[in-house]
Amino acid sequence: MVSQLGLPHLQFLATGAMWTIALSLLALLGGGILGFALALCRVSPAQPVRLLSGLWVQLIQGTPLLVLMFLAYFGFPALGWRLSAFSAAGGALILYCSAYLAEIWRGCIEAVPRPQWEAAEGLALSRIQRMRHVVLPQAIRIAAPPTVGFMVQIVKNTSLASVVGFVELMRAGQIVNNSIFEPFAIYAIIAMAYFCLCWPLSLWSRRLEARHGGAARLAAAP
Amino acid sequence: MQLRLDFSVVLERWPLFLQGAITTAELALIATFAGFALGVLCAIGRRGASRPIAALCGAYVEAIRNTPLLVQLLLVYFGLSSLGFQLPAFGVAAATLAINVGAYTAEIMRAGFDSIPPGQVEAGECLGLTRAQLYWHILLRPAMEKVWPALTSQFVLLMLASAVTSQISAEELTAAANYVQSDTYRAFESYILVAACYLLLALLMRAGFWALGLALFPRRRRLGTPL
Repeated sequence: MVSQLGLPHLQFLATGAMWTIALSLLALLGGGILGFALALCRVSPAQPVRLLSGLWVQLIQGTPLLVLMFLAYFGFPALGWRLSAFSAAGGALILYCSAYLAEIWRGCIEAVPRPQWEAAEGLALSRIQRMRHVVLPQAIRIAAPPTVGFMVQIVKNTSLASVVGFVELMRAGQIVNNSIFEPFAIYAIIAMAYFCLCWPLSLWSRRLEARHGGAARLAAAP
Repeated sequence: MQLRLDFSVVLERWPLFLQGAITTAELALIATFAGFALGVLCAIGRRGASRPIAALCGAYVEAIRNTPLLVQLLLVYFGLSSLGFQLPAFGVAAATLAINVGAYTAEIMRAGFDSIPPGQVEAGECLGLTRAQLYWHILLRPAMEKVWPALTSQFVLLMLASAVTSQISAEELTAAANYVQSDTYRAFESYILVAACYLLLALLMRAGFWALGLALFPRRRRLGTPL
């Protein structure tokens, strides 16, 4: 039976949008924690740590997120670990985000002017104190605009979770489309919904950049 | 359960992977060139004197950059077919990827154009160059040189993102892996192998862009440093 696009469909899509937001927050939080650890490893004084973390980042960044998702969802069960669609999609997103956030934040840490590091060293601060009190507070200010910008990528990339069958916004749209078969209208609505989620983030990122851009450029100057 | 990996049955099907890799490379190549041209035109349009054209280019960039590629693909593929246009999956995939990367390129190139000192443009104007000549002789190449690393990353990301086109049955690398894993039940091995293929393609692409950068920008060749 083919029905018209109605309120129940839109409610279903809204539930999907909630899951998209939940998945995005999970990816941001998990990827953020892992990415922060990776970023610190990338600027570590120990060369093996730097190399290994760099290799890991390159591996993840050289692989499409879709393949990571397939690997988690179809690959792991073949080895005996069965993951739900949510944990496979969430896990793949966390790994993916951690690699990109690590690279963004490494750049921000390295953008803190060298004399600041040296001055902290001159004050006989330990490495941890130097990071905590001198470098990171400045790096965070530089990191804000690109991090918010990357949040747009995260929201968009959660759409790939639909491919392993997790019912978020995209998958909800496909299901609704299967029942009423109006692809143009449905996918246009989905696109609009994603736009409404991402556009404010884009604007926020741009505003942060306008406000802090001067400071960041100053800091990046040699 | 014992962990046993067996790559041999998957590796036996290497022609499928090779065919998939070639299709992925074709998609990436077409989308890179078409998307770059589109992006440059759009960046020029946004800087132009005509308000409607600038607004149109801006709307295009924002609309594309704030929606997922997967939605764009399905919208074009199923949306157009429901309106009565029957298009081949490869064509739709290539066109959508080009439209997608065009928006990102436009933003990158805009930053590149903005970084050219205004004095150079004014000097060109004093020499009586037309706008087309200004862009061609003065702005385009230095702007590209400035943003070359960003362009490289963007086009590599595009190649990786082309994995999504397997969802509209374009027969590229990920589709090959899907086929092999449903044929052999060796899901883990198939996807590991295909991940390795993507890594290799990404490395090749980076090397290609590095070499292209040396060929395009003599200053970089001479000094060994970016601008």
